[in-house]
Amino acid sequence: MLYSVLGKTLGFVGFTIQYGCLAHCAFEYIGEFVMCSGPSMEPTITNHDVVFSERVSRHLYRIEKGDIVIAKSPFNPRMNICKRVVGLEGDKVPRGHVWLEGDNLHNSSDSRSYGPIPYALIRGRVCLKLWPPHSFGALSQSPNDGRITPSE
Amino acid sequence: MAQKTGLGRRYIRAFVSGFFVAVPVTVTVLDRLAYVARVDGASMQPSLNPEGASAPDVVLLNRWSVRNYQVQRGDIVSVVSPKNPKQKIIKRVIALEGDFIKTLGYKNRYVRVPDGHLWIEGDHHGHSFDSNTFGPVSLGLLHGRASHIIWPPNRWQKIKPSVPPDRRPLLSWGGSTEDEDDDDDDDE
Repeated sequence: MLYSVLGKTLGFVGFTIQYGCLAHCAFEYIGEFVMCSGPSMEPTITNHDVVFSERVSRHLYRIEKGDIVIAKSPFNPRMNICKRVVGLEGDKVPRGHVWLEGDNLHNSSDSRSYGPIPYALIRGRVCLKLWPPHSFGALSQSPNDGRITPSE
Repeated sequence: MAQKTGLGRRYIRAFVSGFFVAVPVTVTVLDRLAYVARVDGASMQPSLNPEGASAPDVVLLNRWSVRNYQVQRGDIVSVVSPKNPKQKIIKRVIALEGDFIKTLGYKNRYVRVPDGHLWIEGDHHGHSFDSNTFGPVSLGLLHGRASHIIWPPNRWQKIKPSVPPDRRPLLSWGGSTEDEDDDDDDDE
């Protein structure tokens, strides 16, 4: 009787560990769902929108100019920021860093105030908007022409 | 013949199911619990790699203890290099956010470490690519805390946090400088 309870408990623990690890791998290496708050990316992303941010590009070092990324805030690693990559290393941005700006230039605190941030703070690239349903789908290009510095 | 295919199929099934358990568990352990890394370079001599490249130290990096970004002054930590996101560097934490320190060769003589940042230095001053070159590093770049040296066997030890006495902060946010008779804590 005791053995069967023990066996079942161990089985349950093993099951939880296995699926917990699978979940970790999925969220860390595939992608995660993010609810955005704040006005800094309007009109592309508005308050309370839910987006899907994929991790593959970040791990393969393939984030490009014009991508919208979720990154850890440089001043508080427990908070995340959602901005557009406007400059990569090379065009006036130091090695290993990126220049981020929100689409809503009037209401965004970004690299214009705190400078370029290290690439490794980027968590993922926002590729799909999931909520609200009327704006489901891919995200639009930057509304601020000319902010994206041209490549060499 | 039927026996053989039965065994073959069972073997493949066992292998696949084992693979799907082992790989995620290993990856999760390396990401969240502990990581093992060989130390390259001379920037942390004599604490790490005292023999140089001929006998590099291997350290155990505790990733669980930094999940809330809590480190103490004097800890040896590994961070992602701000100049190269593909590389990790191992240095000692000299100052935490809010501390006011004197730098060694940085563009500013005195620096107040900004919120959410750390000041890290190698023990071997002058041979170290650290905050004196690239400034304070964001806590988000923290990778792990070196807790033990695990190779070579004659260097097995637990790494204790210790700030070199000449590198203590001038003022610190927590109010916890080591000197009892330090008067400048009231100034801002």
